[in-house]
Amino acid sequence: PDGTVRYTTNTNGGPMFVYVKDGRIVRMTPIVLDETDAPSWSIQARGKTFTPWRKSTLSPHASALKSMVYSDKRLLYPMKRVDFDPDGERNPQNRGISGYERISWDEALDTVASEIKRMKKEHGPGAIAIPMPSHHQWGNIGYYLSALLRFGNLIGFTRVHPNPDSWEGWYWGAMHHFGGSLRLGVPSFYGTVEDCLQEAQQIVFWSSDPESTNGLYAGFEGTQRRLWAKELGIEFVHIDPHLNPTAQLLGGKWISIRPATDAALATAIMHVWVAEGLYDKQYVADRSTGFDEWRDYLLGSTDGVPKTPEWQEGETGVPAHVCRALARSWGSKKTYLSAGGLGAGWGGACRSATGSQWARCMILMMAMQGWGKPGINFGNLQFGAPLDYEFYFPGYAEGGISGELAFTASGINNYQRMPHLITMNPVKQMIPRQRLPEAIVEGHSKGFMWDGSSMEAQFAPFEYPMPGYSKIHMLYRYGGSSFGTIAKSTRFEQSYRHPSIEFVVNQSIWFEGDAKYADIILPACTSFERWDISEWANCAGYIHHNNAQLNHRIVTLQHKAIEPLGESKSDYQIYLEILHRLGLGAMFSEGCSELDWCKRVFDSTDLPKYIGWKEFVKKGYYVLPAEPEKTRTAVSMRWYAEGRPKDIPEPHPLPSQFTEEFGKGLETQSGKLEFVSSSLLRGQADNPERPALNRYIPAWEGPHAKELFEKYPLQMISTHPRYSFHTYGDGKDSVLNDIDDHRIFIDGYYYWVMKINPEDAAKRGIRHHQPIRVFNDRGSVIFVADVSPLVGRGLMKTFESNADFDPVHTHGTDGVSDRSGCANVLTSPRPQQQGTEGMAANSCLVEMQPWTPPAGLKS
Amino acid sequence: MKKWNLIIDVAKCENCNNCMLTTRDEHVGNDFPGYAAPQPVHGHNWIKIHRKVRGQDGMVDAAYRPTTCNHCDNAPCIKAAGDGSVYKRADGIVIIDPQKARGRMDIVSSCPYNAIFWNEELQLPQKWIFDAHLLDQGWKQPRCQQSCPTGVYWAVQVEDAEMQDLVKKHKLEVLRPELNTKPRVYYKNLYRFSKCFIGGSVVAEIDGILDCIPGARMMLKRAGQEIASAQSDTFGDFKFDGLDPDSGDYQVEAVHPDLGSAKAAVTLVDSRYLGLLRLQQSESSTRAAG
Ligand SMILES: Nc1nc2c(c(=O)[nH]1)N[C@H]1C(S)=C(S)[C@@H](COP(=O)(O)OP(=O)(O)OC[C@H]3O[C@@H](n4cnc5c(=O)[nH]c(N)nc54)[C@H](O)[C@@H]3O)O[C@H]1N2
Ligand SMILES: Nc1nc2c(c(=O)[nH]1)N[C@H]1C(S)=C(S)[C@@H](COP(=O)(O)OP(=O)(O)OC[C@H]3O[C@@H](n4cnc5c(=O)[nH]c(N)nc54)[C@H](O)[C@@H]3O)O[C@H]1N2
Ligand code: SF4
Ligand code: SF4
Ligand code: SF4
Ligand SMILES: [Ca+2]
Ligand SMILES: [Ca+2]
Ligand SMILES: [Mo+4]
Repeated sequence: PDGTVRYTTNTNGGPMFVYVKDGRIVRMTPIVLDETDAPSWSIQARGKTFTPWRKSTLSPHASALKSMVYSDKRLLYPMKRVDFDPDGERNPQNRGISGYERISWDEALDTVASEIKRMKKEHGPGAIAIPMPSHHQWGNIGYYLSALLRFGNLIGFTRVHPNPDSWEGWYWGAMHHFGGSLRLGVPSFYGTVEDCLQEAQQIVFWSSDPESTNGLYAGFEGTQRRLWAKELGIEFVHIDPHLNPTAQLLGGKWISIRPATDAALATAIMHVWVAEGLYDKQYVADRSTGFDEWRDYLLGSTDGVPKTPEWQEGETGVPAHVCRALARSWGSKKTYLSAGGLGAGWGGACRSATGSQWARCMILMMAMQGWGKPGINFGNLQFGAPLDYEFYFPGYAEGGISGELAFTASGINNYQRMPHLITMNPVKQMIPRQRLPEAIVEGHSKGFMWDGSSMEAQFAPFEYPMPGYSKIHMLYRYGGSSFGTIAKSTRFEQSYRHPSIEFVVNQSIWFEGDAKYADIILPACTSFERWDISEWANCAGYIHHNNAQLNHRIVTLQHKAIEPLGESKSDYQIYLEILHRLGLGAMFSEGCSELDWCKRVFDSTDLPKYIGWKEFVKKGYYVLPAEPEKTRTAVSMRWYAEGRPKDIPEPHPLPSQFTEEFGKGLETQSGKLEFVSSSLLRGQADNPERPALNRYIPAWEGPHAKELFEKYPLQMISTHPRYSFHTYGDGKDSVLNDIDDHRIFIDGYYYWVMKINPEDAAKRGIRHHQPIRVFNDRGSVIFVADVSPLVGRGLMKTFESNADFDPVHTHGTDGVSDRSGCANVLTSPRPQQQGTEGMAANSCLVEMQPWTPPAGLKS
Repeated sequence: MKKWNLIIDVAKCENCNNCMLTTRDEHVGNDFPGYAAPQPVHGHNWIKIHRKVRGQDGMVDAAYRPTTCNHCDNAPCIKAAGDGSVYKRADGIVIIDPQKARGRMDIVSSCPYNAIFWNEELQLPQKWIFDAHLLDQGWKQPRCQQSCPTGVYWAVQVEDAEMQDLVKKHKLEVLRPELNTKPRVYYKNLYRFSKCFIGGSVVAEIDGILDCIPGARMMLKRAGQEIASAQSDTFGDFKFDGLDPDSGDYQVEAVHPDLGSAKAAVTLVDSRYLGLLRLQQSESSTRAAG
């Protein structure tokens, strides 16, 4: 009625309608289901019937997207650094310092294409590295695991291999007690929404804030179910250094804990269970191995230290009587353990120096309580809704159009259902993502594999340089998130300026972060300005059935709602035009436009059984009917608790990984839950930081690091930003800047928020909403203080992943601080444990002081 | 005549800010002639989430209260405008006319709720219009309600008498009733924001070990008179909520059938966590420093 046209799109924060008028986006709203859309499921629990809202729920970063599309930080033209001359002086030392000038697309693409050729000719294979982030605008075509990998494979590149940053402690630790390698060590979740609502008496949220992280990509789909749990009188406990938004909303007992000490609390709880007989002895006897050794450790028979509630108090700050009360409550009630934001995995606690110890404890606790029995499982109602899990639609980890079989899950379904040209990266050389700066500056690096195909894949190190390959001399950086998301990120400034790096091209949507360190900038457009096709929250690969978080499975055609702004182009188009210059254009596109690829994806899925292409294009979305009640999935681990073959819809582990018969037992060597891990014994028996029998070993950066702790007595955690999706949404002049918990505007500058306790603030003369300088030996960052008892004494809590990097002279003669709030300037790049490649951002000691902008510092 | 009202449940707000963001989405860069001129990208919080953190280390809670234009029936802004540049529609919605109100900075300060913002560029006072332009096109709810993940908002179009029934039924309140502005925006569970609590944790030493004590009968007294009672929970915790700030002296008593009793006293200024109440068998119970 108002002259707008309604399009459909999909985002990291949920699918939306996009209303467009005169070529401009007017509004974006949730998808509201109508009578023609499939009916919703319902669940009966304790005499009540629960049915979800009939709309898509959106995350704040999705609600803010219009302002990001029309941001004045958009890159609208190709640009060249003013003092970069590919045929003369390149001035690498000025990256991040000198400004840019607009150039034509032809000049930009010609330069990039000729640099690619020059790299191969002058240095040989491996000279080009393509550092890519972990996330992306939604879709299967434009995704970095799709178009970018196809491009990369066609030119050959040194892979910057990510660490399993979301999983860390689960991958390097928990996995070794139960298997689950294809989920990188996190448990699965099928059937748990119904089981939890019907059976559970208590949910323990441990390092778990689903109201902030929305599981992953799931809007607020889990929220309503948690409110149902509250309505049913299920009790809540929250173990977190921060009274997080989930705890604020749901209420219950907040147990404020010192970061990275969780393994001590968990161990003491298990001590009480043993001492008071509050564990499932039958289950332990039938379904686990090695318990006696673990019991002896708990009781102190081996090391003379009984792991009592009193013992843990000095480490965790949790009063012994609270620990004991929790142990008894847990041992006597049917309890769901919500470990991490997924409920079944992740959590800031897995990204600390003791991350593996904690995640391992989570598995051991469930093993003692009868994991899989009714009302006893992992979860927080975020995952495991009663949906249809057979319907096939690809998730982004299936690699889209990449044709890449080694580093995506393409080979399982996608490649066979949508035959397309295989591509392969001939360069086997890799650099660990966390070590890229050292690889450049020091010329070598070593890391351990992120590979979920088996429990053993992680033990083998890989090194850079690899014999026979060139060192890297060109960076093709995609996006600009390094400063916000990688530990001790000032390292990137040095590495970008290193003389060995002859050429840096950056392909970004906004002028921020790494983009400011490029020689040539290629402006990409947003997903609103190009075609794509996708299912909400479907990642696939290592997150099989991530859509289990949703109330309705929704597949969308991501309409090209508006034309690309300025001269920006889709990433796909940029690659195509570069590859044309290398004679590889047709190889890349197979003659297809992005919309043609959407149709090919559509045809490869189960969707045509339900809706025709034309209708789908017109309507923009399809809601999959819920699973009939009779054929809903079984509950994860119920089969195991009952000694039956596995009966849930995940093809895990690989067939070869069963020790006895296919489908029976777990992936561990014994096929059982292992209190003493056989894979750790086999893989790294001599690693004192990762013993096969889990032990509480205090964090290497924390109160036990005596000297450092005297100098920097505050423990800082930097967790996932509630309002942006990592860097996506922050900065960019987006409307998220107007949220008090995201940024605070003072005298012309939006400062990043640091939550601190009133006592710590008073000691240092810091007032609420006053700018502060937070520092340690690694660097210095400006934040604004948010003073309240929402964090405990001695603790500080901020978000990681701000979008920009803004180094300014702020104190003393050469005192440089990042003013944009990069918490990762302060975090340590040391791996969690030797022999792993796990990050440990949440073990970080700092000091703070009030800060006033020095005269002359402009906003 | 059925008129619009908005009910806001403070207990359900989780500070996600979707309401604020989608209101911006609706108005930034969009001109709705007769309803509202474009909103500036920053600074104007037509809907604003306020935070209240209560308590101290040991027992803390937080609540969020969205505030916006109340669409007052007795609106100071309409009076201040004088010339109809701010007016009330028959359906109860208050609109600042984006043409007539140009240059009227004085209207901004007329709102006792600070709900009006000054648009410097357009020289225009602006505020939340209840998405009147969408309701007029047939929308059933404003965008803040559509995007809220927990159901905080409930826009109802009813006769005034029906609304008063809802007020009684749900114990709704308005902000600053003493001003007699007659808001059409009502709040549920406002105590989470405006009132205080007294809380504590009941413990006892049993065989030399300190334990949390559930099931103690808790009494809140004023001048010896019991005004509320409760039971300590799994962690020995109790909380008396809904008390007026700065309301003076209170006494708390804990009684347990087997473990004895404990007492504490407090002069209430703001929400207060009393720390541990140790049950003692003797008459004279004490309170540990909390
Ligand atoms: N301190 C601390 N650090 C952490 C964590 C922590 O808990 N604490 N968590 C870690 C975790 S779990 C993760 S997953 C990482 C995430 O770290 P990253 O993956 O580095 O962060 P993102 O912000 O997702 O990066 C995405 C980038 O890609 C760009 N981009 C997105 N879509 C497109 C597109 O269509 N085209 C182009 N050209 N560019 C695009 C974005 O602009 C952005 O620059 O951070 C890790 N870092
Ligand atoms: N809005 C939004 N949602 C996201 C993301 C985002 O960037 N923004 N990122 C997505 C991604 S990639 C991931 S991996 C997930 C991450 O999801 P999670 O790993 O679950 O999220 P975090 O915020 O790192 O941590 C959750 C909680 O752990 C607490 N915590 C931190 N350190 C400790 C500790 O030592 N002990 C205890 N007990 N608690 C601790 C934090 O206070 C926080 O409340 O979120 C996903 N969802
Ligand atoms: S032959 Fe055509 S498609 Fe292939 S690279 Fe040359 S111009 Fe591009
Ligand atoms: S809240 Fe303020 S702006 Fe809104 S009607 Fe009342 S007085 Fe006017
Ligand atoms: S959308 Fe709802 S929950 Fe979110 S801030 Fe607004 S009122 Fe609160
Ligand atoms: Ca089915
Ligand atoms: Ca095995
Ligand atoms: Mo992650």
